[in-house]
Amino acid sequence: MCHQVAGLAAAEIEPRGIATTSITILPEITAKIGVPRALEVPWPLGYPLGLPGDADLQRRVIRAALALTDRVGVPLVEPFVDEPAAP
Amino acid sequence: MSAMVRVRDLKLSLRAFIATYRWRRVNPVPCAPRREPLGACRVAVVSTAGLAPPGDTPFDDSVRGGDWSWRRIPDTVDVQSLEEHHRSDAFDHAGIAADRNLGMPLDRLRELANAGEIGSVAAIHVSMMGSITAPGRLVRDTLPAVADALVADGVDVVLLVPV
Repeated sequence: MCHQVAGLAAAEIEPRGIATTSITILPEITAKIGVPRALEVPWPLGYPLGLPGDADLQRRVIRAALALTDRVGVPLVEPFVDEPAAP
Repeated sequence: MSAMVRVRDLKLSLRAFIATYRWRRVNPVPCAPRREPLGACRVAVVSTAGLAPPGDTPFDDSVRGGDWSWRRIPDTVDVQSLEEHHRSDAFDHAGIAADRNLGMPLDRLRELANAGEIGSVAAIHVSMMGSITAPGRLVRDTLPAVADALVADGVDVVLLVPV
């Protein structure tokens, strides 16, 4: 249901000229509803940005989601590909 | 705890709901090209985690079809002070209980703004409670008000965070 609310919000916001990008935990639902841009993350419901307290990981997820706003070929759902850990 | 979530992996009651629910469909899918490079964009978060500032009206889990109201989250808020009212048993609440940034990542946006990766953090952010099975009033009343508030604040990019 959360994913439906996010999709409906994008449908209202985007026509006002604001680019949106969504996290998605359930890409099947996101694709069904029709969301302009979404980043599929590999964590359970309740963990859209990864692990609590892991600021670096959360920033990497947000960075990847925001990068999707470069794109205008919508709808699109891209998997989150984490940056390799520093040696 | 890293594995893509597929509907087939969810618990039976949730799968049954997903299979029979009449999902809203957005067609055509709208597309606003981003106006500026990210380093010049004002960014807001729209979350469905059911978070509210301390002292604000809690979301009401007893509303039939789901509480369609929204809460304005000021950029000055202490993120960890946000109160979670989402009572859905479809997800594990422990993560957001430990770190509210999972649902409203304002600390992370501040860091990205300080690093110059985004232009600025919006003055307002938006919280709703996602368990809305009857989204009529959400679509008719809440979302236009939310979108207008984001426009009024000069927001360029919105990060949507469903939980």
